[in-house]
Amino acid sequence: MSAPASMAAAAAASGADGDALVEVRHVTLRFGGVTSLSDVSFSQRRGEILAVIGPNGAGKTSLFNCLTGVYTPQVGEVLFRPASGTALSVVGTKPYKVNRAGIARTFQTSRLFNALTTFENIKIGVESRFSVGPLGSMLHLPHTRRAERESDAKVVELLEFVGLTERANTIASSLPYGDRRRLEIARALGTRPELLLLDEPAAGTNPAEKASLVELIRKVNTVYGVSVLLIEHDMGLVMSLAERLIVLNFGQIIAAGTPREVQQNPAVIEAYLGAPESDEDGR
Amino acid sequence: MTTISGEAVNHPERMASRSPAPGEGRYRALVRLSRNDDVRRFVISVVGGLVLALITGPEGNGVQMLSGINGALLHPHVFICLAVTVGVWVLITVRHHFARQVEHVSGRVMALPKAVLPDRRVRAGLWLALFAFAIIYPPTLNSFWQNVLVEQIGIYVLLAIGLNVVVGYAGLLDLGYIAFFAIGAYSDAYWTGMLPVHPPLHLNPFWVFPLAILTAMLAGVLLGGPTLRLRGDYLAIVTLGFGEIIQIVANNLQGVTGGAQGVINIPHFSVHVAGIKYHWGLSNLPYYYLILGFIVLALLAYFSLEHSKVGRAWTAIREDEVAAEAAGINTLKYKVMAFAIGASTSGVAGVIVASQIGFVEPGDFTVQLSILILVLVIFGGMGSLAGAVVGAAVLQWLPQFLRVHPLFGYNQLDLYIYFGAILILMMIFRPEGLIPSRRRRREIVLAEHGVGSADAMESGHSGGGLAAVANPEADL
Repeated sequence: MSAPASMAAAAAASGADGDALVEVRHVTLRFGGVTSLSDVSFSQRRGEILAVIGPNGAGKTSLFNCLTGVYTPQVGEVLFRPASGTALSVVGTKPYKVNRAGIARTFQTSRLFNALTTFENIKIGVESRFSVGPLGSMLHLPHTRRAERESDAKVVELLEFVGLTERANTIASSLPYGDRRRLEIARALGTRPELLLLDEPAAGTNPAEKASLVELIRKVNTVYGVSVLLIEHDMGLVMSLAERLIVLNFGQIIAAGTPREVQQNPAVIEAYLGAPESDEDGR
Repeated sequence: MTTISGEAVNHPERMASRSPAPGEGRYRALVRLSRNDDVRRFVISVVGGLVLALITGPEGNGVQMLSGINGALLHPHVFICLAVTVGVWVLITVRHHFARQVEHVSGRVMALPKAVLPDRRVRAGLWLALFAFAIIYPPTLNSFWQNVLVEQIGIYVLLAIGLNVVVGYAGLLDLGYIAFFAIGAYSDAYWTGMLPVHPPLHLNPFWVFPLAILTAMLAGVLLGGPTLRLRGDYLAIVTLGFGEIIQIVANNLQGVTGGAQGVINIPHFSVHVAGIKYHWGLSNLPYYYLILGFIVLALLAYFSLEHSKVGRAWTAIREDEVAAEAAGINTLKYKVMAFAIGASTSGVAGVIVASQIGFVEPGDFTVQLSILILVLVIFGGMGSLAGAVVGAAVLQWLPQFLRVHPLFGYNQLDLYIYFGAILILMMIFRPEGLIPSRRRRREIVLAEHGVGSADAMESGHSGGGLAAVANPEADL
């Protein structure tokens, strides 16, 4: 991409208003000689559903890893709640601290605790917010028992919310694919995030599961008031959910805006479909 | 045999093409036989039995390695070894050919414990019965077995319970576990005033327990803090090094630890309260009950931990560290915690041993011991308290039993050869251990079926993005 185009895109992407929940500024991430993200800037408003799309290898998951503290970009910064007094600079912060600050995520290939039950999986997320120590657990202190009761209640609520109540005691590894996706979302929600990052939530699901996942993500946004940033390849899903899109290609933002705008952007069409003269079958 | 004949019937031409040229027809049967898995395994088991007979039992020496069996091929030891390995062959073969029938029978046999054991009351009852037995039975034993009970079984059960927290719960391979045992023992020697360096005040060994626990924990935190960022093999190497360092320091720091001669005259436990004077001396029973007390305490505490936030966090870390971290778990903190808790248990055992024997030397704390305790945990079933207790008790009792039994009486030097053989058998027939924890059993089943399902999905849909767009109906 040419430099001016990317600059323009960046300017469009960072809808400069004071209600930003997360702000990504000029993030560049390299692995040796490979540049995975190059000068990526955008911001997401509180309560917004924002989608990141782009061809494979465009750097979408790398972006997520920068947003959750897994990768440390060489240049740039990521600010969470930049306007508030409790602003957090994500770059260089450990993943669990990022999670505690309010950014939860799911993974491209769901990473559940496979030998544990559905209930226990969610519980691990929920109780990471409770301060329970080893002594309290060994001695069954009242404080610990209260925390157990409260987190159990929260797990029951989340099971109900994602529709897995009947599967509470099923071992995670034996859940069908769609349910695994729901469980991962429930576990992430259990950590009480303000921002939920979903990495291809509908990958590998059938149409019926996909439809109910869209419903669930919308509910996450409206009922819990959680902002959602999602990576997704399924255009139908993206178009129906996202208010705004960011298009990544070769680590750069090449377009941003509403779904309609992005669809008509020639750079996006080129990135996805190749240059006009290239042969369809050649791909 | 069934496999080979079946194949021959189904693919006669393929069999023919694989066998040697027509002129070598008489080798044909032999070659065919050697291709049979059962036959191959049988030959391996016979050779294995002979090797076992060769390297154990009546020994040769440096000059004449084989003098032990020289002219004694009919020595009963040879037959015992052969009987064992061929017995294993029979087991494997039967399991292989009659898989369904074996499963049917074993399913029926296992149905009973499976039906009864999940019941909480039954399990609690079993624990209580075991506890009652452990209280009532030992006084009836003679002093040799009481000694075995303290020095070989009790201490190792306690150590195995502690290591189970590190290896079984948190999934950290610790090969230097014995170092914390050494720290406990030397703490005892220090605070009772028997080291060349003197403590600010001399303590009764009973008061050393809290101090030794704290010292061992601190050592665990100091070692764990920087090293637990490492994973898997790296951690194992570092802990192995730590175990060696402690032993070498104890050996070389003569002015502090007394060096290679060790420390003598560490006082036994004694009670001087309100005119009551009770000195434990050399009798075994008081030490046994002290150990039993600590074992019960540790079991209660670790059982609670396993089913608490801490235990679940450990399981999460063991299964998927990245996901655990993403779920808000401070993985380093919990790993250090497991390390410190295991270390404290080991420290307690160190104090008991030092005060019972009254003597500590660096040579007591070898890598071999660390590995032995690891073997006990793996044998019993990683992550399972019942497994750690029963596994350690059985594996520590059995050699003593066989050693004094007139029929088996083996050479003490061969112990680890047999241990190795038992472990190999264990990995073949019951990799999850004697009494596995439910979570661990699931993990092993998942690993056997290659949890690859998730990975397969990834490679399966990785082209999805382009595929979706390649479809002209897609919105772009």
